[in-house]
Amino acid sequence: MRPFDYQAPADAGTAVAAVAARPDAAFLGGGTNLVDHLRLGVAEPGLLVDVTGLLPTGISDDGGGLRIGAGVANADLAADSRVRRHYPVLARALLSGASGQLRNMATTGGNPLQRTRCLYFQDVTTPCNKRSPGSGCAAIGGATRQHAILGASEHCIATHPSDMAVALSALDAQVEVLGPDGERTLAFGELHRLPGDAPERDTVLEHGELITAIVLPPLPVAARSDYRKVRDRASYAFALVSVAAALEVTECRITDSRVAFGGVAHTPWRARRAERVLRGATPSDEAFHAAAAAELADARPQDGVDGGNAFKIPLLTRTLAGTLRDLARQEA
Amino acid sequence: MSETLEHRAIGADLPRRDGDRKVRGTAVYADESPAQDPVYCRIVQAPLARGRITSVDPAPAEAEDGVLAVLTPATAERLADTSDAEYAILQDDEVHFRGQIVAAVIAETFEQARYAADLVDVRYDEQPGDTLLSADRPDLYRPEQVETGAAPDTSEGDVDAAVAAGPARIQQTYTTPMLHNNPMEPHATTALWEPASHGGAGSLTLWDSTQGVHTVRETVYTVLGLDREQVRVVCPYVGGGFGSKGIPHQNVVTAAMAARAVPGRPVRLALTRQQTFSLAGYRPPTIQQVALAAGDDGRLTAIANDVVEQTSRVKEFAEQTVLPARTMYAAPNRRTSTRLAALDVPIPSWMRAPGECPGMFAPEVAMDELAHELGIDPIELRERNEPDTHPESGLPFSSRNLLACLRRGAEQFGWPDRDPLPGVRSHGGWWWGTGVAASVYPTMRMPVSEAEISRVDGRYVARIGATDLGTGTWTALVQIAADALGVAVDEVDVLIGDTDHPMASVAGGSSGINTWGSTLVAAAQEFRKRFGDTPADGDSARAGVPANEAAERYAMSAFGAQFAEVAVHADTGEIRVPRLYGTFAVGRVVNPRMARSQLVGGMTMGLGMALYENSLFDPRTGHVVNHDLAEYHVPTQADVADLRADWIDEHDPHVNAMGTKGIGEIGIVGTAAAVANAAWHATGTRVRDLPVTLDTVL
Amino acid sequence: MFLDGLSPERRGTLRRMDHELTLRVVGAEHRLSVDSRTSLLDALRQRLGNTSPKKGCDHGQCGSCTVLVDGVRVLACLTLAVTRDGSEVVTADGLSAGPPGSGGDHPLHRAFVDEDAFQCGYCTPGQVCSAVGMLDEFARGRPSVVTGDLGAAPELDDAEIAERMSGNLCRCGAYPGIRAAVARVGREREGTR
Repeated sequence: MRPFDYQAPADAGTAVAAVAARPDAAFLGGGTNLVDHLRLGVAEPGLLVDVTGLLPTGISDDGGGLRIGAGVANADLAADSRVRRHYPVLARALLSGASGQLRNMATTGGNPLQRTRCLYFQDVTTPCNKRSPGSGCAAIGGATRQHAILGASEHCIATHPSDMAVALSALDAQVEVLGPDGERTLAFGELHRLPGDAPERDTVLEHGELITAIVLPPLPVAARSDYRKVRDRASYAFALVSVAAALEVTECRITDSRVAFGGVAHTPWRARRAERVLRGATPSDEAFHAAAAAELADARPQDGVDGGNAFKIPLLTRTLAGTLRDLARQEA
Repeated sequence: MSETLEHRAIGADLPRRDGDRKVRGTAVYADESPAQDPVYCRIVQAPLARGRITSVDPAPAEAEDGVLAVLTPATAERLADTSDAEYAILQDDEVHFRGQIVAAVIAETFEQARYAADLVDVRYDEQPGDTLLSADRPDLYRPEQVETGAAPDTSEGDVDAAVAAGPARIQQTYTTPMLHNNPMEPHATTALWEPASHGGAGSLTLWDSTQGVHTVRETVYTVLGLDREQVRVVCPYVGGGFGSKGIPHQNVVTAAMAARAVPGRPVRLALTRQQTFSLAGYRPPTIQQVALAAGDDGRLTAIANDVVEQTSRVKEFAEQTVLPARTMYAAPNRRTSTRLAALDVPIPSWMRAPGECPGMFAPEVAMDELAHELGIDPIELRERNEPDTHPESGLPFSSRNLLACLRRGAEQFGWPDRDPLPGVRSHGGWWWGTGVAASVYPTMRMPVSEAEISRVDGRYVARIGATDLGTGTWTALVQIAADALGVAVDEVDVLIGDTDHPMASVAGGSSGINTWGSTLVAAAQEFRKRFGDTPADGDSARAGVPANEAAERYAMSAFGAQFAEVAVHADTGEIRVPRLYGTFAVGRVVNPRMARSQLVGGMTMGLGMALYENSLFDPRTGHVVNHDLAEYHVPTQADVADLRADWIDEHDPHVNAMGTKGIGEIGIVGTAAAVANAAWHATGTRVRDLPVTLDTVL
Repeated sequence: MFLDGLSPERRGTLRRMDHELTLRVVGAEHRLSVDSRTSLLDALRQRLGNTSPKKGCDHGQCGSCTVLVDGVRVLACLTLAVTRDGSEVVTADGLSAGPPGSGGDHPLHRAFVDEDAFQCGYCTPGQVCSAVGMLDEFARGRPSVVTGDLGAAPELDDAEIAERMSGNLCRCGAYPGIRAAVARVGREREGTR
């Protein structure tokens, strides 16, 4: 771990200016991912700017939705009664991630920005285009059980590890950002980017831009929503696949839905094709499988020395069907 | 010696003597041993499977603040004895495996050492690594012996003819993956070289996390070319070992070399979790071709296990995977074989129940397959093949209560109502099944150990250089010594974990209590013989471990039966184990709560082997890529549901004076087979390659 | 700040970056100077001699370093010491029935010994701290992923305890004992409310 300087400015504007001024500066939030990366040598900043004391830590009603300060701890967000009642998919996603201790540390702004848990990305002795652009991708042809089946490129097959981000993707959240040039708001679905030929960039945020809040719109369909995370061991593990889903059924027809996948792409994967297939359909395993098939039509599994990840296609199909089946039953 | 002690303290459910210290965190482990102004050592590892170091430039590291020394192949001391190649550290330019130590940095602070280690500039001439184990490699070879010293191969009768004759037969290949011990405390040493002591010859003190302080001393003084008396090893507490701290690994010798490079300064060297994956040993992967043949009556006519496994090219380790197939069941035609591939891979070593653990997985799944083929209950099949004498040696068993364990366990588990058909029980969105497997572990006594008992301030103080890995030695030896002396436990202290105490064997092979307890009993007898029942302060007697003549006349093993209930999610294939029960026959139990903890702990590790644990070895790079606890999945609290261990009341007059058989390993033997058999019963899919994961049963 | 005015070339070569901070550890105030890279875990263990929290992985994957910072269970290994200036840190050694550091046993200490909820003891101080934090979270009605009805107060059953304690790995497999110890103390506490 190389030496670095540390600053704890009094306000967000100063923090943004401090990071923007140095190419090797980084924001430090809960630290659950960045401190890990410092120790692994994955990140080598020269300056850490601590934003834990200055980001808003409140959750406020916002035109029927919720404005969540970027400093709100994951544990506090999952415990909020409004989130539990109106956005259960978000509470479940948060609670299925990491451990009690980590959820006490991790923040609303930091969680969606955590970086891939690709084994090779985290191991500085192997080539990785995300960590060291142009060095190659050791994951391709390696151990690929946890890697992407959607939206990958020849340069990177990593997956996004956040559970929370999958729920936010399904919920049409907005992200409020403060940068050196002022504030801007973007749709959560625009935050993350596919790897393409620049996998070193996880998001569209520019250097020095800081997430200050995440806003959940009023979304009646979300009252009946759930997050289903599939993993080998029962807790404290990243998803092999996950499904965030919300379902509204009126007179035996699906009138609205939200579906997003985790563990299968470089981004939380909003399944709009699946949503289109579901609209107007009668809730049934046939319809759910058709929705999955539409979304996974372009899925490209990876071979690997560990057997690869082709299993994710049937696994995700069946997980989606099971999740929607349970939600449809809740409806009835 | 036979079971002779009157049991008063033995069998008592006493709390651990070190309990308060452990729940508060004041028990002292190796990296936190007392040290004045310690410095920190960080190793540098080779990032290639095979090659030669062409240059090492320590200058960038040396230029860092606080750096005291950089050890490289050019600057490190020349070692006196490198006949064990594992300890030939920094002695030449060859790279034998990825992760080998190629340099070490010593600095004033932990942060400085860690950073400076990244700055050591090592260049290599890389050669293609040969790292992939397979059963059809042309260069497989037969080792001279397996790790226990037993023959690699055995053959009796004609297995192939018996299999051809059938009528029932199972011929399948089973695999177990590379597995890592992963004790919660990574391997650590604090080392101090004091050049002026020992008459100016210098002395070395190692506070090491080890399963055997004397074992470490023997290695270190030999490798460094010192006198035995120049080396002291101290280890009151160990944060788990499970075999990986059974012999010293490269980190221990490196710590000693680092200490000698900075005389008078205590050096702390703790491996990172990642580093333990290449330096602290592992259970090698195995490929097991099992053949069983039986008549319609279920009696085995043949049993064979042909094993292919890996070792490192630099040092041979031949896991004794073949042993269970030689000892479990009666059959007139028998064959076992061991073939090794010597690869450019890290050096395998002991992991809990080496041999028995992987070597029971394949045969016990094969027995389940045979039971299904014959339409015989798996417990009944084992009953029909229970041998009268040890199948290999022909000796009678000192005690063998496998069937008692199977029957009692079956009753407690609710086995008798079981529907044998696989893949037919679905409720609540899950498929349900149950499975059984047997456990076995030999009862061993090590040949060397010594204890001293003294009268000190009106108390009895026993000293023996034994170890407590969490197994309860601090408490159990007090119970044994109290009974051996015929006094209450609160009159007795037992001191362990220091080479200043008499020589004791390693805590391994479930031999600790058998060996050390027998030694303490001998010392107590000697003490009473010389000083009677009213000794004076200062009276002291020593004795060595007695040989067990009964071992010539009897085969000695502990046995057990494990029952698993498995639920497989109908949508996702997620596999959970709502119930896992073990019933064991382990002789006398010295302390019920500590025994239960060990057996439950072994079964939990077996559960991990069944469903999660898999060191993902990338043959292109030659290293384990999931080398941390986020991706090498050991069971979490949420994975362990109703998991119980129990035992039958077994009296074995032949094993030792206490009547104990050893319990550290048997809990992990058979667990994976029981879970895999239950997963088959739930789903109808037979998985023969561990771990059984959701994608294999989807 | 320390680096202001330095050329970019020199910034990369600077050796030590010392930061002053104050930590209250188990009731006692400590003023210390740390490298910006020093974790709270290493500050406690190497600088203050409090080796109760353990280093099992040093990057957030095992829970052995769990301590209570300002009353909340966190991982000391992923916490940079410099970020916790002025914080109150409680380790397993400092837990007691009264205020931290007041001496005597915490009920969880006794329950862990009675239930033999450990073997090697290395993960144990982290388990104990985690259990204290977890019971407090539970008492505040916080849900877990196994809580059936997110709108209702959770029941302290085995499944809840197991899920909430799953961030603390135990390779010795003392999980049933840990669960029993936590359940006992949790029930006693519920009974007195």
